[in-house]
Amino acid sequence: MAHAQSHKALIWKVFGLLSVITFVEVLLGIYKPSALHLTKVLGTSILNWMFLILTLVKAYFIAWYFMHLSDEKKWFRRAIVWTLVLYILYLSFFVLTEGGALGRTFRGVFESITTFS
Amino acid sequence: MEVIMPNQTAGTTWKGGGDRPFNASYGKMMMWFFLISDALTFAGFLGAYGLMRFKFLDSWPIADEVFTHVPFTHTPMPMIYVAFMTFILIFSSVTMVLAVDAGHQMKKNKVAFYMLLTIIGGLIFLGSQAWEWKHFIGGDKGAIQLNSGEIVQFVDKTGHQVSLESFAVKTPNKRVRHTRSNGLWFVKEASIPSVTLAQVTEGFKNNPDISLKTQQIDRATKSKVIVSRDEALKLLATSKQVVKGANLHVNEYGKTLFGDFFFFITGFHGFHVFTGILINLIIFINVLVGTYEKRGHYEMVEKSGLYWHFVDLVWVFVFTFFYLV
Repeated sequence: MAHAQSHKALIWKVFGLLSVITFVEVLLGIYKPSALHLTKVLGTSILNWMFLILTLVKAYFIAWYFMHLSDEKKWFRRAIVWTLVLYILYLSFFVLTEGGALGRTFRGVFESITTFS
Repeated sequence: MEVIMPNQTAGTTWKGGGDRPFNASYGKMMMWFFLISDALTFAGFLGAYGLMRFKFLDSWPIADEVFTHVPFTHTPMPMIYVAFMTFILIFSSVTMVLAVDAGHQMKKNKVAFYMLLTIIGGLIFLGSQAWEWKHFIGGDKGAIQLNSGEIVQFVDKTGHQVSLESFAVKTPNKRVRHTRSNGLWFVKEASIPSVTLAQVTEGFKNNPDISLKTQQIDRATKSKVIVSRDEALKLLATSKQVVKGANLHVNEYGKTLFGDFFFFITGFHGFHVFTGILINLIIFINVLVGTYEKRGHYEMVEKSGLYWHFVDLVWVFVFTFFYLV
């Protein structure tokens, strides 16, 4: 490791990308364009889906290039990432579905189960 | 049979020979396993937040109306301050990874310099969070809590929130704060609101320009419902108390759970930042005294770096779920 080459250029590139994504998120968060905000696709607005995807992109770049997951052995990386992705998808699916159901019960409105909100 | 050689490769502390599962050192792998468990803890917290948010989807506070403070100005500007905090944390992540990079090349001074920058970035973030908490707890415009538990706020004709003091009638305030010296010695009372319920209600009746904003969110416009004056007076007849700022029982922004989750999740994250700074400080001192130079590798910097990046990673999600969606 003592003779490893520097990755400075890559680090600054990733930093630039993360900053740009954050900037876009903030702009969207301030202006909340109605065309994106007042929509509903798969349970929530397009704007929220954009935030979610941009967040995951940021998480990917931090984990892969700042935490050097890209340099780890393939199955070590998978042991970490697959575990987290699987558990968190599982948890959020049940928890959010249940939250929606609690809300409908709470409001006394039994709507179609195809909508989360 | 293989000969056991300590420090055969950088960072090896696995017992039982030169085998390195996944070619990772023991310490690094255990750091990753710890981070997995920590990530699942945060997933649990954010999941609980999601559960309650979905339950109260049409009465949850709107983040843009809550986090509007920016230092040195009173103009409400949503997102700006928290964007600054996010940027600070990302930048401190960059300096951390630069320190790791310099460590791979055994450049002691550069490692120390970048670690110092990382620690400073962490301190700025923590200070910013303290500032945000101060304003969240202290409150801004104030609100009224009804007997139903609902929080109602007051807005002018343009729909902008106005402070209770700006329209409440100025009658002499007879209420005296309960302290240990003038009341029960074992009972304390926090500072009492500067206006009373009666003053606010009277002021509302005298000001036809003021309207009442409920917790309810209109699904079509995704904004809070502002009710008519008649309805507002009916609601105000059931009012319970004046609310200023936030604590774990009640807050002026809306649902109590919103405040509780805010304190709990950003607090837990802030605690991680705090311990991250401590760990970085210890490693920084070790770099300065040449511990890793003697050891022949800077893997400890890499390990504390993993923790630091993780803190950044969690913030990315907290930022999204508390301030954006």
